[in-house]
Amino acid sequence: MSESNKAANTVAAAAVARYRNNFLKEVEERVEDGDMVKMCMQCGVCAGSCPLGPHWEHSPQKIFMMIRAGKRDEVLSSDSMWMCTSCYNCIVRCPRQLPITHIMHGLAHYANRLGMVPKGQPTRDIAKLFWDNLLKTGRVNELKFSLAMYFKDGFVQGIKNALAMQGIGLSLMKAKRLSPMEIIGGHKCKDQSGIQKMIAKAREIEDRRRGALA
Amino acid sequence: MTVPIATSQTILVVGGGISGMTAALEAAECGKDVVLVERSATLGGRTALLYRYFPKMCHPTCGLEINLRRLKANRRIRVITMADVQSIGGSRGAYTATLKVAPRYVNENCTACGECEKAVAAEVSNPFNYGLNKTKAAYLPHAMAYPQRYVLDPSVIGTADADKAKAACKYGAIDLDMAAETIEINVGAVVWATGWKPYDAAKIQPYGYGRFANVVTSVEFERMADPAGPTGGKLLRPSDGKEAKNIAFIQCAGSRDENHLRHCSRICCMASLKQTQYVREAHGDTAKSTIYYIDIRAIDRFEDFYRNVQNDSTVTFVKSKVARIAEDKNGDPILHGVDTEGYHRYATAHDLVVLAVGMEPESNGIRLPDDIVCDSSGFIEGSPDGGQIGAGASASPLDVNRSVQSATAAALRAIKVIHKTASAEMAQK
Ligand SMILES: Cc1cc2nc3c(=O)[nH]c(=O)nc-3n(C[C@H](O)[C@H](O)[C@H](O)COP(=O)(O)OP(=O)(O)OC[C@H]3O[C@@H](n4cnc5c(N)ncnc54)[C@H](O)[C@@H]3O)c2cc1C
Ligand code: SF4
Ligand code: SF4
Repeated sequence: MSESNKAANTVAAAAVARYRNNFLKEVEERVEDGDMVKMCMQCGVCAGSCPLGPHWEHSPQKIFMMIRAGKRDEVLSSDSMWMCTSCYNCIVRCPRQLPITHIMHGLAHYANRLGMVPKGQPTRDIAKLFWDNLLKTGRVNELKFSLAMYFKDGFVQGIKNALAMQGIGLSLMKAKRLSPMEIIGGHKCKDQSGIQKMIAKAREIEDRRRGALA
Repeated sequence: MTVPIATSQTILVVGGGISGMTAALEAAECGKDVVLVERSATLGGRTALLYRYFPKMCHPTCGLEINLRRLKANRRIRVITMADVQSIGGSRGAYTATLKVAPRYVNENCTACGECEKAVAAEVSNPFNYGLNKTKAAYLPHAMAYPQRYVLDPSVIGTADADKAKAACKYGAIDLDMAAETIEINVGAVVWATGWKPYDAAKIQPYGYGRFANVVTSVEFERMADPAGPTGGKLLRPSDGKEAKNIAFIQCAGSRDENHLRHCSRICCMASLKQTQYVREAHGDTAKSTIYYIDIRAIDRFEDFYRNVQNDSTVTFVKSKVARIAEDKNGDPILHGVDTEGYHRYATAHDLVVLAVGMEPESNGIRLPDDIVCDSSGFIEGSPDGGQIGAGASASPLDVNRSVQSATAAALRAIKVIHKTASAEMAQK
C-alpha cells in the first residue's frame, strides 16, 4: 500500500467508525447509488442475467444481501465488483430498477479508496494505470499506457508481452492510431495545469460529499 | 333496437363480468333500474373462461348459473350486449351515456339450435379460447352464454356463408340487414366493471413468449385444462402435441416489475397453486409441477390452500425469479436463473412453461371520461363527485370472491347517488 493510500485509510477509518456495524448505512451514504441497495427484493434476476455470473464469487443479488447482513470485509475485498463489464443486462431486467451496474462500480471505487481491493486485482491495476496516465497531460498517451501495462509485472514479462503484441502495435501505427513519437512527451491538452486543478477540485467535492474528510 | 327507458334514477353498469352482474343484480334487487352494458356477445366476463376456480375448485358455470337465474327473475335490469360506451357526459345524478351497439346479425328468435353453425364453412379465431383454436363464423360464445343466442361474425357478411346461415335458420333469426347503432341514455350513476386483461406476455422479452411454442400464459393454460377448450382438456405441448407432464410455473410474469406492471396482481400465486392441481388431475403421481416465485402471496384466507399444495409430492417450489428462457432442439424450454435459497445456479428443462401473467385494467385500452381518477396502474377509483364508481377487477386486481364484495359495495354507493338525486329532484318540485 502506498503512503498516500495509508493516510487516506486512516482518515477513512475515522470516518466510518460512526457506522459501527451498520454497513448498509455506510454504503447508502458513501457509495455511489448506494441508497438504492435497500430496494432489492432478492428476486435473483440480476444474478441469473449476468453473462459472467458463473465466474464470480458474489452475484449482485448476493452482494446486496451481504451488505444488509453487515459483511463489510467480505464485500469490500470481493473480486466481484471488478468483474462487471457494464453489459447492463441486470439493469435492464431488474424489476425494482436498481442501477446495479453503477452500484457495482460505486462499490469498487469505494473499496479502492479504502485500500481494501485484493492485491494484484487486474481491473483495478489497469484502471489505476489509465487514470495516472490521463492525469499527467489531460490526454491518454496510448504508447506509454501500453508500455506501462506490459511492464507492470516486471521487465522480463514486459518484453514477452511486448513481443506478443507486436503485430497489433505495428498495425495500429500503420493505421496512424499509435505514434512512436509519443514516447517523448506526447500530445497534451492546452491547459494542463487547469485540468489538474479541475480534477483536484472535483475530488475535494466528492470527498466532502462522500464523507471521507469528515 | 328499442332504446331502453332510462332516467336520472337509472344506474348504468359498464361490463357484464361477475362484478358487473353482481352490481346490477344488487342494485336491481333493491328496486333500482339498471342498464347493464357488455362489449362482447355474452355476459360472464373472464371468469367464464376459467376451467375451475379456487378456493373450492368448482366450475365457473356454477356461480354463473346462480347469477343468470337471478337476472332472469328480475325485470329491472336491461342487458345490452355487443355495446361499447363511447362517451359519458354530465355529472353525478345527470349523465348522458352514448353507446355504440354492434350488429349481431341474429335476433331474439334464435333458439340456439345450431343449424347456422352447421351451414357456414368459414372459421374465425375463437375468443373463448384466447385464439388458441378456431370456431365456425356462426357461433355460440360458450355453453353458458347469456343471451343464449348465436352470433354471426362480421367477416362473413356479404359472402355466400351469410346466405347459407340465413337459409339454414328455420326461425327467421338471421337478420343480415342489422347495422351498427348509436344510442344515448340518461343515467344518474355509473358503475365501471370493465374488468381486467392479461398482460401482454410478449413484452417480457427474456421469457420468449411468441418465440418459443412451449411457453404459454396462465389464461391459455386454463383453456388447455378445460374439456371445452382447444385440446379437449388434455395438457398438450403446442410444439409437438406431446403430453406435458413436467410443467414450470413462473410467477410475477409482468407484475411487481417497474418495467411492466408495477402492482402485485394478487391472484396469480393462487392461480398457479390451483393450476398445479390440474397437472395432478391429468397425470396423478407422475405429474411434476415446479413453481418459480419471488414469494408466494396466498391472498386472503388461502394459506391453507397453499399448505395443501406444499404437501403435494408432485409440486416443487423454487425461490427465484427466472432470468431467462432458452429452448433446446427438442423444443424443451430451459429455465435459467439463480436460486435465492443458497444462490445455486440452475438451467432446468421442462416440457411446458406457464407464465403467471399479471392483470392489467381492461380500461387501459379505452378512453374514460375526463373526471375519472385512476391509480398509477390505471385501476379505476371513480369520479371525485362519487357519481362514477369502479367495481371488481377494474378497480383493483381481485379474485372472484373479492370482486363480488367490491361490486356489492359499488352498487350501494350507486344507490346512494340515486337516492340523493331523487330527493334533490323532489325538493325542486
Ligand atoms: C389465470 C387466472 C386464473 C384465475 N383464477 C381464478 C380463480 O380460480 N378463482 C378466482 O376467484 N379468481 C380467479 N381469477 C380472477 C378472476 O378472473 C377475476 O376475479 C374476475 O374475472 C373479475 O371479474 P370482473 O367482472 O371484475 O372482470 P372481467 O371478468 O374481466 O369482466 C369484465 C367484463 O367487462 C366487459 N367490458 C370490458 N370493457 C368494456 C367496455 N368498454 N364496455 C363494455 N363492456 C366492457 C368485458 O367484456 C367483460 O365481460 C383468475 C385470474 C387469472 C388471470
Ligand atoms: S434483479 Fe434487482 S431486485 Fe432482483 S435481486 Fe437483482 S438487484 Fe435485487
Ligand atoms: S400474486 Fe404472486 S405471482 Fe401475482 S404478482 Fe403477486 S406475488 Fe407475483
